[in-house]
Amino acid sequence: MAHATTTHAPSEKYYVPHSSPWPLVGSVSLFLTVGGAAMWLNHSNAGPWVMTIGFAILLFMFAGWFGAVIRESEGRLYNDAVDRSFRMGMMWFIFSEVMFFAAFFGALWYARNFSVPWLGGEGTRALTKILRGDNYEAAWPTDGPGDVGGDFDVIPAFGLPAINTAILLTSGVTITIAHHAIKSGSRGVLNVFLGLTIALGFLFVYLQGMEYVEAYQHYNLKLTSGIYGSTFFMLTGFHGFHVTMGAIMLLVIWFRCLKGHFTPTHHFAFEGVAWYWHFVDVVWLGLFVFVYWL
Amino acid sequence: AWELNMPVGVTELSRDIHGLHMLIFWICVLIAIAVFGMMIYSIVKFRHSQGAVPANFDHSTKAEIVWTIIPVAILVGMAIPAAATLVKIEDTRDSDMTVKVTGYQWKWQYEYLDQDVSFFSTLARDSDHARQLDSGVDPNSVENYLLEVDNPLVVPVGKKVRVLLTSHDVIHAWWVPAFGMKKDAIPGFVNELWFRADEPGIYRGQCAELCGRDHAFMPVVVNVLPQQEYDSWLAQQKGGEQAAPAAASAQTVENAAPATAAAAE
Amino acid sequence: MAHAHTHDAAHDHHDDHGPAKGIGRWLFATNHKDIGTMYMLFSLLMFFIGGAMALVIRAELFQPGMQLVDPMFFNQMTTMHALIMIFGAVMPAFVGLANWMIPLQVGAPDMALPRMNNFSFWILPFAFTMLLGTLFVPGGGPAGGWTMYPPLSQQLGDGFPMLIFAVHLMGASSIMGAINVIVTIMNMRAPGMSLLKMPIFVWTWLITAYLLIAVMPVLAGAVTMLLTDHYFGTTFFEAAGGGDPVMFQHIFWFFGHPEVYIMILPAFGIVSEIIPTFSRKPLFGYDAMVYATASIAFLSFIVWAHHMFTVGMPLAGQMFFMLATMLIAVPTGVKVFNWTATMFKGSISFEPPMLFAISFLFLFTIGGFSGLMLAIVPADFQYHDTYFVVAHFHYVLVPGAVFSLMAAAYYWLPKWTGHMYNMKLAKAHFWLSTIFVNVLFFPQHFLGLAGMPRRIPDYSTQFADWNMISSIGAFGFGLSQLLFAYIVFACIRGGEKATDKVWDSGRPHGLEWTLSSPPPYHSFETAPEVK
Ligand code: HEA
Ligand code: HEA
Ligand code: CUA
Ligand SMILES: [Cu+2]
Repeated sequence: MAHATTTHAPSEKYYVPHSSPWPLVGSVSLFLTVGGAAMWLNHSNAGPWVMTIGFAILLFMFAGWFGAVIRESEGRLYNDAVDRSFRMGMMWFIFSEVMFFAAFFGALWYARNFSVPWLGGEGTRALTKILRGDNYEAAWPTDGPGDVGGDFDVIPAFGLPAINTAILLTSGVTITIAHHAIKSGSRGVLNVFLGLTIALGFLFVYLQGMEYVEAYQHYNLKLTSGIYGSTFFMLTGFHGFHVTMGAIMLLVIWFRCLKGHFTPTHHFAFEGVAWYWHFVDVVWLGLFVFVYWL
Repeated sequence: AWELNMPVGVTELSRDIHGLHMLIFWICVLIAIAVFGMMIYSIVKFRHSQGAVPANFDHSTKAEIVWTIIPVAILVGMAIPAAATLVKIEDTRDSDMTVKVTGYQWKWQYEYLDQDVSFFSTLARDSDHARQLDSGVDPNSVENYLLEVDNPLVVPVGKKVRVLLTSHDVIHAWWVPAFGMKKDAIPGFVNELWFRADEPGIYRGQCAELCGRDHAFMPVVVNVLPQQEYDSWLAQQKGGEQAAPAAASAQTVENAAPATAAAAE
Repeated sequence: MAHAHTHDAAHDHHDDHGPAKGIGRWLFATNHKDIGTMYMLFSLLMFFIGGAMALVIRAELFQPGMQLVDPMFFNQMTTMHALIMIFGAVMPAFVGLANWMIPLQVGAPDMALPRMNNFSFWILPFAFTMLLGTLFVPGGGPAGGWTMYPPLSQQLGDGFPMLIFAVHLMGASSIMGAINVIVTIMNMRAPGMSLLKMPIFVWTWLITAYLLIAVMPVLAGAVTMLLTDHYFGTTFFEAAGGGDPVMFQHIFWFFGHPEVYIMILPAFGIVSEIIPTFSRKPLFGYDAMVYATASIAFLSFIVWAHHMFTVGMPLAGQMFFMLATMLIAVPTGVKVFNWTATMFKGSISFEPPMLFAISFLFLFTIGGFSGLMLAIVPADFQYHDTYFVVAHFHYVLVPGAVFSLMAAAYYWLPKWTGHMYNMKLAKAHFWLSTIFVNVLFFPQHFLGLAGMPRRIPDYSTQFADWNMISSIGAFGFGLSQLLFAYIVFACIRGGEKATDKVWDSGRPHGLEWTLSSPPPYHSFETAPEVK
């Protein structure tokens, strides 16, 4: 039962925190954030304020909760079992994110293979078009028989999106180099390549933002451009949001690296974020192929 | 009324479905007798209070295999007639006439393609009055309470009627139990079903998809008439009100046999 | 336990002292038992709220004609009843059981991620505050059915975003809970406990947790699309823009069907624990049970469209979903047969947990049979959206899932509280429940077959008689549950001291019975060895 006497040998026992205010703070903040959002959507003036307060508390919660975890980790309270728990937890969290995206990819697939052809007079519900009596042709991209949102152009795959693909793929390489560096203890390399990854991540977000501006201003491609606009912006939007989150997470990890956290054998936080980064990378490949290209 | 079972209905499809229903029901009853019998036997026979001494076996691969295979066989036996009936149901080709049915919150619109006949069908006045909160009217005093409309759908007996379903607002479902058919009416899309009523009569059903406040109050009533009476009804309708021409003709609809029908071959 | 650490986090590290004093014990809890208790009490509260709504439904349906509520309010009751029962009562109850029992059964000190555990719980009261809050805003609560089909669900007033966000919160809670369960099971098992030595309840929960992680995010995606269709001009579910209302149904049921197995697999686990104990005989076919559970979970992903046979699917699709659905009867049958074989040549005694488990066996099977009938597409054209469906799913959910929860409570309450409960009252509760649940739901089969649609506040007079019987059953069943609440609280407050083994059948196997009743605050400080 005795704990090792040095501060740097990991605990033998599975660390169970005694009590923590953060989950409750987190619940309150989530409640205020979405409650405020709901008020906002219902045109209440207080909505944005409530939401902002909730969000601020949420950030405070993250800082407090992760701060506690970092202190415990650096205090070597975590043994290998705790480390494994974190790893498994992160992996299944990422899997849940995959399934979240799957819902939207599923919507894209359904629209392209079922609803749009039916509306265009093919397949099981061919009569739909005859009774509607117009000359809508099933095609992709489309904004539907109602021409919702008006004519639009699509972002060509082999313009900005291809550049963005290259950027994300490169960032996948740089973070892997950083990972090898952390394992071999080359902190200089680690700091540089992690920094590079972050720069690439934010560059991606910036270019994605440019692309949206372009889409709205020059292509008339909007969230409201029928099913194409819906799937396009929801998929790329949620992805962009995840990249932003990932980049912020990388940033936090980078500061921790600069402060000298992590050891060649003990760096779950780094790996967790790296996995997350690979995940947004892979989702992007799916987007590039199914949203932009095909 | 203390009805226990599904009524048989007046179309071939509804009889097929009823047969299928009884078949699976009795299969389930037989399995239930076997399984529940075994359970009851064990519960009665091996009571601790009667000094039963427990055996100690805990698995048997042979048993597992047996009670995997037998249910599979039973299921195959159910699936075959079910699939055959399904193919028949989906074959809407070669119909004698086509009616377009549109769901509204909370009424039905019936349009006879190629006939320039179209009208709305809403809950009958006396039912509508009685169903108000605290109306003070005893529903039992209203004839066909909630199952009566002002203008029923009228079709000829013995003819294959193809029904095209769509909706003006939310999803509804058109259902006449005696015809054995229920299908959703979905805004922006067209579904279809068919029936051929064997006997004249008035058949009643209801909207079967939650469609808002008055979902319970949009019945479906179909008046199946002998051909002659139907013809004179139709003539009268044409003479009477001015109907909006339906977008498509029965002919174009008939020519566009959808993939379901093709797949049914 | 002195430490050399100087870090501030170290002070509360692994002290052997018991629970914190006062309300902080609950608000800031990290202890799996405290959190489990909160989950279960919360779920009991929700069961009563959801049940009260069911009683409003049954009261209005007692006679034909509108007597009590506006149709709109009736629809709100139907919708909220289902949402509260599913997300507020049954799921949290199972998570509560997982919290209490999994660490005890795998020989762990606690759940793997204790703080996140507390987060999963505390989100729920807020989520349900938001959900119930919809009843008090302009436009009222959701009234489009728990399935939230558009375009109808888009007609909701100010409650609309509250509904969506409440579902998001519940989803977040479930996902975190499921991650915790998986990690605890995969990482915290006592040395020697290989996967195929795990108690069957742990197995069923492991598989349930996988289902949860796979489908709750899909639900979140589906309702997010509802939200953007409503407020931000997307057209996922509108034909004019190239979308399709039916698309929502596909996404929803991709979640919804696994969801119903999420509510029954842990129940299978509980029953598989109880029957051997009171039959004094090992569980028959442990391995087969595990494989059957896994098969059910796998199949649950490829049957979703059996809820939508009437939407007008391609023929091949209807065939596929019919056959896949029917297949589920096979592994489920394996389970039923194995339970029967466990009782066969046993030495059965009839304590309250066993009574509920036996009742489960019969009544769940009846619900399964009606499920199988629903799977037959042509027949479903008649059954769909009638009370036959309502009868089906209440049979699997109430004498299925809920009875398993009662059985679990009666099985483990002495372990949790250290007290025996009042056996006589519990048996009375059992008989009242079993009789009334059948009075309540069996006639609904007849109503459905005779043609009564579901989700209606008023019906034609031909349906009057069975509705009256059903409503009487509902009130009888509901009132009987007050007895359950009384028994539970009386047991928490005191009673005859329970032994460590609790049940003198000599059978209860599993690590939980090696601990004292109630178990020490930190369950297994040192991991037990499993041979
Ligand atoms: C715990 C919840 C639960 C469970 C376990 C099940 C189990 C099953 N359900 Fe059910 N179901 C629901 C909850 C559940 N269901 C709900 C909530 C709805 C309605 C949702 C809504 O619309 O609001 C629904 C609706 C529903 C429908 C849609 C009906 C409609 O809307 O038209 C269908 C159709 O196929 C169906 C089928 C089945 C089948 C085949 C099973 C099978 O798993 C059953 C298998 C079990 C057995 C068959 C019995 C034991 C087996 C044997 C003894 C072996 C031998 C047997 C044979 C060979 C026959 N269910
Ligand atoms: C786990 C899930 C679950 C559970 C446990 C139940 C439990 C019950 N359900 Fe429900 N039900 C569903 C899930 C569930 N249901 C679903 C998914 C639907 C479909 C919804 C939809 O169509 O969208 C549905 C729909 C549904 C309908 C159909 C409504 C309609 O179509 O319009 C009916 C009608 O009888 C009903 C009745 C009941 C009853 C009487 C109980 C009883 O078992 C309840 C017993 C419990 C109590 C009665 C509580 C006891 C409380 C007291 C006695 C005290 C009262 C307290 C106060 C007044 C403060 N339910
Ligand atoms: Cu129209 Cu229900
Ligand atoms: Cu299902």
